[in-house]
Amino acid sequence: MTDKAPLLTLIDVRAGYAQPVVGPVSFILSPGEVLGLKGINGVGKTTLLKLILGEARLFGGSLHRPPEVTVAHHRQRPERPPELPLTGEEVLRIASVGTTGLPARMAALCHRCLDEMSGGEFQLLHAWACLMGPARLVLLDEPTNNLDQEAIELLLTELETLAPERGVLMVSHDTAFLEATCHRIVPLCP
Amino acid sequence: MSLSLAWDPLFRVPLATGLMLAVALPLLGAFLRMREQWLSGLGVAQLAAAGGVVGALVHGPVALFALLGAALGGIARALTRSTRNEHYAVMLLGGWAAVMLLAKYGHDANMAAMNLLNGQLYFTSLPHLLGAALLLAATILCGHWLARRLLITRLFPGHFRANRQPAWPHELCLEALLVGGVVLGISTMGVMATFAMLFIPPWVAFRLARGWMRALRVSTLLGAGAYVAGFMLALALDVPFGPALVAVLLLTTPLRLVPFRFGRAA
Repeated sequence: MTDKAPLLTLIDVRAGYAQPVVGPVSFILSPGEVLGLKGINGVGKTTLLKLILGEARLFGGSLHRPPEVTVAHHRQRPERPPELPLTGEEVLRIASVGTTGLPARMAALCHRCLDEMSGGEFQLLHAWACLMGPARLVLLDEPTNNLDQEAIELLLTELETLAPERGVLMVSHDTAFLEATCHRIVPLCP
Repeated sequence: MSLSLAWDPLFRVPLATGLMLAVALPLLGAFLRMREQWLSGLGVAQLAAAGGVVGALVHGPVALFALLGAALGGIARALTRSTRNEHYAVMLLGGWAAVMLLAKYGHDANMAAMNLLNGQLYFTSLPHLLGAALLLAATILCGHWLARRLLITRLFPGHFRANRQPAWPHELCLEALLVGGVVLGISTMGVMATFAMLFIPPWVAFRLARGWMRALRVSTLLGAGAYVAGFMLALALDVPFGPALVAVLLLTTPLRLVPFRFGRAA
């Protein structure tokens, strides 16, 4: 696969669980691109992400993700395991993210345990781990949930300096964040 | 009994066997706790005991049947896909009922039930010692690899499936270590003491320690320390070892109230 080959190709995709809940949807995500998915609650944005992850059913159309394209997924509400004594630094190392030269905001989380972080801090750590890891395709589902403006700016900075061989598919209700970060936005209609 | 018996050649194999299990079981318990499957230790232990009693009933090898019983628990976990503590409660109730009912059908079955429920540490022999050594070695050798994959699954559910990588290697590894640990545990310490070793040290350590590796070290220290203290207490007071061990482990639980964590904070 060449570096310019699409990371993800959806053609007339209809997806769901027991029955279709979204589609038909078509788009291509190319390396170096940040693509946003926008739509009202329940239109199927998260279902599309789940389809890419193999957690939802394809009812029609085609979806192609080259086998060598690795994926990282930041869920809408990442589950924080109760009383797990993992530190922020250990989470980043598990996600194969470097822990040297971190921004001050992230460095401050490194020596704290997950259960000592606020919900927003854990959300930021999880999104950072997905975004800064080695995966070529990053799926971010509502990454700005519970984040303050400084944390949002931190993610925005990293999205602006995305490596050319990587791509991001993002779901968000934060229209300003989508418009600030995405090269294109695909609206989903009911 | 006298405390000096602890150094008697007759008790060296039991002491060494139990000490190795007292290091391995808390490590396995930490993996279970991380997955919030801490009750599975007792569920699998009761199924293993039920299997052992069935083995005694049919005059087969008790240890092998206990392994099969424990493995049934593993199959049930695999079939239910997202096993929760409710499922393990069903396992432990079913296993316990099977043990108590089947034990009524013969002297051998009754003896097997008593031995597996209460343990028979002082009667452990070379096969138990070798089994414990093998379990400890396997847990330490696989530990880093297993912990990393389990933690990835815990923090990033669906990661392996999404990346088209098999999850069965680490799931099978954990299952095999747990089955082996439980069967060795119940055949030496008994069901409740085995569960206490799987549950209490990591439960306390997760609250006390900052950092995963530190939590594992604290778990094993608590397990080994409680084991030695329980062993000495049982000999000194001439009481059954299993309850003595559980009592000592329970004495460590107030450590959860300590208002700080060991390890560097931000």
